[in-house]
Amino acid sequence: MTISSEPAAETGPPMAHSTPKRDSASQWRLMWWQFRRHRLAMVSSFVLLLIAFVGLFCEFLAPFSPDAFSPRYTYAPPQRLHLFDRNEEGSLVFRPYVNGYKVTIEQAALRRVFTIDENVKYPVGLFVKSDPYPMWGGLFTLETKLFGPLKKGDPLYLLGADRLGRDMLSRIVYGTRISMSIGLVGVALSLMLGIILGGISGYKGGMVDNVIQRVIEFILSLPTTPLWLGLAAAMPNNWPPLRIYFAITLILSLIGWTSLARVIRGRFLSLRTEDFVTAARLDGASEKRIIFRHMAPSFVSHIIAEVSLAIPAMILAETALSFLGLGLQPPIVSWGVLLQEAQNIRSIVTAPWLFAPGVAVVIAVLSLNFVGDGLRDAADPYRQ
Amino acid sequence: MFGFIFRRLLWMIPSFFAVTVVAFVIIQLPPGDFVTSYAADLATSGSPADSATLDALRVRYGLDQPMVVQYLTWVGNAFRGDLGMSFEYRSPVASIIWDRLGMTTLVAFCTLAFVWLVAFPVGIFSAVKQYSIGDYAVTFLSFLGMATPSFLLALVVMYLSVEFLGYSVGGLFSPEQVNAPWSWAKVIDLLGHLWIPVVVLGVAGIAALVRIMRANLLDELGKPYVETGRAKGLPEATLILRYPTRVALNPFISTVGWVLPVLVSGDVIVSSVLSLPTSGPILIQALKTQDMYLGGALIMFQCVLVLIGTLLSDILLAFVDPRIRYDN
Repeated sequence: MTISSEPAAETGPPMAHSTPKRDSASQWRLMWWQFRRHRLAMVSSFVLLLIAFVGLFCEFLAPFSPDAFSPRYTYAPPQRLHLFDRNEEGSLVFRPYVNGYKVTIEQAALRRVFTIDENVKYPVGLFVKSDPYPMWGGLFTLETKLFGPLKKGDPLYLLGADRLGRDMLSRIVYGTRISMSIGLVGVALSLMLGIILGGISGYKGGMVDNVIQRVIEFILSLPTTPLWLGLAAAMPNNWPPLRIYFAITLILSLIGWTSLARVIRGRFLSLRTEDFVTAARLDGASEKRIIFRHMAPSFVSHIIAEVSLAIPAMILAETALSFLGLGLQPPIVSWGVLLQEAQNIRSIVTAPWLFAPGVAVVIAVLSLNFVGDGLRDAADPYRQ
Repeated sequence: MFGFIFRRLLWMIPSFFAVTVVAFVIIQLPPGDFVTSYAADLATSGSPADSATLDALRVRYGLDQPMVVQYLTWVGNAFRGDLGMSFEYRSPVASIIWDRLGMTTLVAFCTLAFVWLVAFPVGIFSAVKQYSIGDYAVTFLSFLGMATPSFLLALVVMYLSVEFLGYSVGGLFSPEQVNAPWSWAKVIDLLGHLWIPVVVLGVAGIAALVRIMRANLLDELGKPYVETGRAKGLPEATLILRYPTRVALNPFISTVGWVLPVLVSGDVIVSSVLSLPTSGPILIQALKTQDMYLGGALIMFQCVLVLIGTLLSDILLAFVDPRIRYDN
């Protein structure tokens, strides 16, 4: 996949006049061509791939463990990464390093103030050796990190440190996995509920449809956060982290399935009366065959687009719940859990870099929205 | 028309019923009941109650009855204004929540008005000047607005106010006005503080509504009647405001149905960040301490507030749009 820096003429045949290539292209190829024309969506899918990569390989990419703390560096500000250094002869060479800190105690407020000390240099390297750590939940053990301080114990806080001197960057990298996967798992659950209930509603019609639609309208008319909070508060607080994780995704999808169900029902309703479906039915095709062989190709793309727009809503919901302390709990690191640190005004004034997880949320949600927008435009390539 | 309003009001009854069921389920969800928490509370304070007293309490509050009976008792009491006891505050729930819910209503409806006032002209501008620099800027900002969690925005506003104004912008009143009786000075003081939560809460709604207004108006702008008006020499501004905008306005009014739930939801989180005296902070506090009668009552009334808002918007829509005739 390339970012759309090349001229539009090369990114597929022009849509205006029908070339033979366009006439013979498959539905999915036409969608791909249409999607490629949405520049923001293309750039965003690149960003999303990057985020997915970070989420997948977070153990390897994060320079430290998310729980590694160091009281000496409480609220240490971000360091700038210098890529080039002067060697003995005074010429620039590629030798990444960060500066150390100078600590002074501010007498009035009795707090430590960090200033960057230009004289101290801690070398930073790629593929550095580290303590052995389990990869992918203990599938195998690695002893190399993508980057880190060359000498063990040297401080490296590219995004600053939090209240316990933990590295924000490492914590955000680890949080990526949890936050993004909650979105995916939650939407997968909502999709299952949505397909079952929306499908029944649209395919059967009549009384069943009426009841399901009233229920959906009712749920949609309720404010979501209080309900989420109410359900989350009912979780016993001695549950293990993994169970809380799944409980939270379940709670999010219990209320989140409605909009997906509506879209699926709408598709089913409009397709049900199409000539080709009637033809298939008259031909004696089974219900299963009608749905999966004849109807599915024309609604799957729309559902994919809706799903990609539902994921950011899930991520935002999880962030809000965890931020309030009723979602995921601290041993788990998600972006919302990290933002708990930024809850009181004193700590964000001392350490504005605690906002960094919020920036990660905004970037992820923004790219998901753009990709969803592009997918929705591309979902029906036969339009016009 | 009156038939429609009557039927719409009738439809509120099952909705109210469903809301009370939801609230009751939430109250019942945590393990144990009111008396278990009471006993735990007594035990931590050093004077554990004997089981006879606890059983007597259970009988008194009807906790030994089947669920359906308990539900009916609870709803019956709620109608008479008795919403149960709050543990944290050691006082009846009803005495705690009314002021708070009033403030939530105030904040929600002010925000709704603000959202409309901003989204309407901006949406029209964005559609009429499609693909201009201004349109791109509006589009970008609305996507950004939709992607930013409201509590993050509230935190940023707090940070900026401390960093650049030198004081914190939390609360809805100045310290000297918090406990003062209502007066003009207090109302003006309130208005001076209200705009911050209103703006913070409004951003996401404005962003979504601008997108909707733009899409609706773009659908209308290409239609032949607009061309006819233009051919007859109507000034462009009159033309757009008088015809396509009115058609595009209807979905706009019906959005109350989903903007209001979003606002009440957002209020819960934003007000706990900005420490507003609305129902949000005590709801979160109640849920964290599993003070479920208080939490359940608040959730119930927040839902009712939204249901009433939706009802009003439906009736308003029927008045505004002559094409909607609900009478069969």
